[in-house]
Amino acid sequence: MSTLFYISSLVAIASTIMVITRYHPVHALLFLAVSFLSVGMIFLSLGAPFVAALEVIVYAGAIIVLFIFVVMMLNLGRETAQQEKEWLKPKVWVVPSILVLILLAEMTILLFQGPDQAMQVSVVDPRKVALSLYGEYIIAVELTGFLLMAGIVGAAHIGKHQRKELHRFLQNGEEEKARQLREPESVTNEQTVLHD
Amino acid sequence: MNTTEHILIVFGVLFVLLNIAAGLIWVERRLLALWQDRLGPNRAGPLGIFIVLADTLKLFFKEDWVPPFADKWVFITAPAIVVASVLMSFVIIPFAPGIVVADLNIGIIFFLAMSSLGVYSIVLGGWASNNKYALLGALRGASQMIAYEVFMGLSLMGVVMLSGSFNLGEIVAAQKNLWFVVTQPVGFVVFLIAGIAETHRLPFDIPEAESELIAGYHAEYSGMKFGMFFIGEYLGVTLISAMIVTLFFGGWLGPAFLPPLVWFVIKLFFFIGLFILLRASLPRPRYDQLISYGWKILLPLVLLNVLVTGAIALYLRG
Repeated sequence: MSTLFYISSLVAIASTIMVITRYHPVHALLFLAVSFLSVGMIFLSLGAPFVAALEVIVYAGAIIVLFIFVVMMLNLGRETAQQEKEWLKPKVWVVPSILVLILLAEMTILLFQGPDQAMQVSVVDPRKVALSLYGEYIIAVELTGFLLMAGIVGAAHIGKHQRKELHRFLQNGEEEKARQLREPESVTNEQTVLHD
Repeated sequence: MNTTEHILIVFGVLFVLLNIAAGLIWVERRLLALWQDRLGPNRAGPLGIFIVLADTLKLFFKEDWVPPFADKWVFITAPAIVVASVLMSFVIIPFAPGIVVADLNIGIIFFLAMSSLGVYSIVLGGWASNNKYALLGALRGASQMIAYEVFMGLSLMGVVMLSGSFNLGEIVAAQKNLWFVVTQPVGFVVFLIAGIAETHRLPFDIPEAESELIAGYHAEYSGMKFGMFFIGEYLGVTLISAMIVTLFFGGWLGPAFLPPLVWFVIKLFFFIGLFILLRASLPRPRYDQLISYGWKILLPLVLLNVLVTGAIALYLRG
């Protein structure tokens, strides 16, 4: 299992680096999807199959698809990639990368100083996840539910807001006149129907 | 189960599935012809079955063309994703006692994960083609599949509650006395509808509606790349039928005079036939009708189903 863990971690790191360095947004998002898949694989190798599957369903299967969906509609072409290329000059990324590398070195040293721990794999099946979600962490689940509900209500409100559009003949307060013109006609039609 | 047996099962399942998917070309055309009161392909070979061979040869020898305006690597990857994701889903299906590739304890979740990855093939195929009709098809496909994934997952929760497991083998075993179609009729109907939408078959083939979008997301594809989308669709039909059989119609369970595998295949082909009959008889809805039907009717229905099933299960248990 630990070999699988290291392979998928390497894939995760490599694909995440690719996400940052791609010039084209859709290519970057595709590498992000690969990165999520490898994170799912890491969960699986650590003995959490349920979380691994959720990672694939929620992140790789829904969120990234929605991202790609939006980027697709923006129709970003070669110009955007060119612009991105100009923005991503060494001048911009060298200093932050050096700082981050220093932090990484510090973390590595700290990790090596600590006591050795063997990687422990204990399988957490869906039943255990469900029991802890609806037992120990019920408050967190309920609060997340509230948050999502607020999101849905907001989306419904924005979606429902409709602009009132009138035909150009009916603009400038003419609609009243038009209705008055229309109504007597309909009344007479009804009367004729009744007489028949 | 030793290693050689396991490898045999893996390759056997793969071989049979690919042959079923290819054979469905002929089955579908003959059945459609039957229901439309004509003969269909009946010249090459006995009952015209060599039409499969002819179609495959034709697909292989067509020019395999990548348009110069397309995004080359994404364009090439897209058709592979659909076939790979559907074939991966077959891993969890118990065809008969002992004949299953991987007996996962997260079976249903794994199936949902793979079907959610299948969206990528449509989205990427349509986007990489750099063609407005393909892009429209991809947009429709993405929103249709993301919407219907929700109901698909929820419609299975009743079955999971009643059997108490995500494992398909245990779900089949839980149907020994009564098939879940009797106790979960709403779940079955919603799963069937969502399954048709997920495989984007007629009447829900809006992403590729040929009368308005030419062929939608695969308009620019030719040769065997188009063939992958084609085979992927038939594999998807087989997968959804196999899932329906396993989850709602007792899987390989059946009277003892036939072996379990035969029962499974009979039920499987019944539902494949149903898919083709639906294609032959139903018109295509409008795009907004499809989406609002899903969110306004199927979602409340399936949530109610989960609620009622949970209440009854709790009442019966204690």
